[in-house]
Amino acid sequence: MGPTRPQEPTRLAWEDGGSREVARGCSRLGLQASVLLERRTATSCFSPIAGMFRDGVVRGADVESLWRRDQGTRCEAKSCQTGEISTMEAAVQSHSIRDAGMQTDQSEETIQDLDIQKEAPVDYPGLLSFLQGVEDVVIKELNKNWRSHAFDGFEVNWVDQNETVSCLHSLLYPEAQDQKLQVTSISWNATGSVVACSYGRLDDGDWSTEKSYVCTWNLDRRGLNPKRPDLVVDVPSSVMCLAFHPSQPSLIVGGLYSGEVLIWDTSRIEDPLIWRTGMTDDTHTDPVYQVDWFQDSKHSHHFQILSVSTDGKILVWQTQRDGQLTLVEGFALVAQQIPRSMKLKKRTRGETAVGVTSLSFSHFDPSVFIVGVEGGYSLKCSTAVETTAAPGTGSSVPLKAPAQFAFSPHGGPVYCVSCSPFHRNLFLSCGTDGHVHLHSMLQAQPLISLQLSKKYLFSVCWSPVRPLVFAAATGEGEVQLFDFGKSSQKPAVSIKQASAQTPVYCIEFNIKQPQLLAAGDARGVLKIWQLSSDFIQQGPKEVNHLEQLANEVTD
Amino acid sequence: MAEVEEMLKRIQAHKGVIGTIVVNAEGIPIRTTLDNSTTVQYAGLLHQLTMKARSTVRDIDPQNDLTFLRIRSKKHEIMVAPDKEYLLIVIQNPCE
Repeated sequence: MGPTRPQEPTRLAWEDGGSREVARGCSRLGLQASVLLERRTATSCFSPIAGMFRDGVVRGADVESLWRRDQGTRCEAKSCQTGEISTMEAAVQSHSIRDAGMQTDQSEETIQDLDIQKEAPVDYPGLLSFLQGVEDVVIKELNKNWRSHAFDGFEVNWVDQNETVSCLHSLLYPEAQDQKLQVTSISWNATGSVVACSYGRLDDGDWSTEKSYVCTWNLDRRGLNPKRPDLVVDVPSSVMCLAFHPSQPSLIVGGLYSGEVLIWDTSRIEDPLIWRTGMTDDTHTDPVYQVDWFQDSKHSHHFQILSVSTDGKILVWQTQRDGQLTLVEGFALVAQQIPRSMKLKKRTRGETAVGVTSLSFSHFDPSVFIVGVEGGYSLKCSTAVETTAAPGTGSSVPLKAPAQFAFSPHGGPVYCVSCSPFHRNLFLSCGTDGHVHLHSMLQAQPLISLQLSKKYLFSVCWSPVRPLVFAAATGEGEVQLFDFGKSSQKPAVSIKQASAQTPVYCIEFNIKQPQLLAAGDARGVLKIWQLSSDFIQQGPKEVNHLEQLANEVTD
Repeated sequence: MAEVEEMLKRIQAHKGVIGTIVVNAEGIPIRTTLDNSTTVQYAGLLHQLTMKARSTVRDIDPQNDLTFLRIRSKKHEIMVAPDKEYLLIVIQNPCE
């Protein structure tokens, strides 16, 4: 191919210009040759056998045989290396193993020593001199600081203070109000956002079949209508008391005027009633004045229901599968079995039942509780008693006599008792004489007796967050907030809930939202109060102050 | 070495002392009587705060310098003794 191609342009040149014009022909020839060169390079790509490539192929063939040998040598090298590494490691390990063997042969102490040695910190240059220089100053400051009282009672206000007590909501159920029913009891649910109240009558002793209600409002709900409860449960008899379950937000237990105890599930819209005692021989024969959830001593996650009544019985109920509440345990207070530390003025005849109006469990000892009775005194009781109550009461479970100690009486029936959540011995009681007694469980005489009302006091309640604060509901339509930190004589704040003729029957602090206090009155209105900051934030040394109060000796 | 430990023990034995930490110039704890996570948190944060406090003092008056830092909180009093190379942090309960 190579030798034939160059002949073509020469032939072309001759055909074109002829031989006479040599100079012109030459220049043309050069031009043609350059064209030819281009064509030649172009065509060389297509050529199947290029001269230059032939040499290369021959040389390449020589390389072939080397890789097999290479691989062979490489394999050898590998085996050599792994052998070396493993023997090295074995040698290092055997070193450390030998050391451990020496130590384990001795005692455990040496192992501990080893650990310390391992952790033994490196020596830092200058650390000693630094510490030497600084030690005296620090020790001086530590001593000074320990003795200093410069910051006692000093409190920084990082948040905006809420100075006043204000009414957030005024909740009511118009139908209950039309019937002139009263708010008899209040309870906050486990989440602290739902408040329930029961309607009934506290001032009317007559037996009645008047219908009443249990209503709930969710305060966190948008579009809360204060005149329309989220849930209204119709109840055939006056509801005297109710209590939300301590952990399940939808369960409410209620006690009726008829003596029956019911449990409602507010999440069931169709028929919220899920358990009831029915009217059996075990049921209370008098109105139930307080109900509460009671932790089962055997199964801590299991709750039983406790009810107290003016028939003198304190009964513990267990839920059954068929919707029945059955009696599992019971206590009866009989006048003859009340400890004689108090002189009972009334001459007693036969076995007289002592009507129980209120009960409060100790926050520290689950077996200890305080009851307030119609006779005007409070009793310290225990669930761990073994003595049976004097007369056979005809109930399916033998009733026990729980009273252990009687405290100095009020001038009239006790309506409410409340055990301090911050001190194991302190409790409050209040009653028709308008006095609040602060008692230590160790002394019969009250530590402090305060007249907070010229009429009755219906409810008293310790603050869940401030050890020195409690609230009391008066017959003059006021809620008194009392702060022992400020004064042990006068209430810190007196909230006007209703007119002077309208008693406030019940109050309840919200444990989850401590700034909220609910109070219900005889007009059927439930008010939610927002407390000022000083009733929410625990001050310094409050518990110490409470301890001092409790240790005062009166007897 | 033992002298350093003894000195720290002496400080730790004082009334109300909860913990003692020595931090180097990089903010890394080198001695502590507290648990690991608490130590790391205290060391990192207080090192930063001490450096900031020192620069504040020096910015106000270049001739001045930080000698001691005390932080009073609701629960504790934290004392920091600074130095070119180390910080000594002592956490104490306030008086009874």
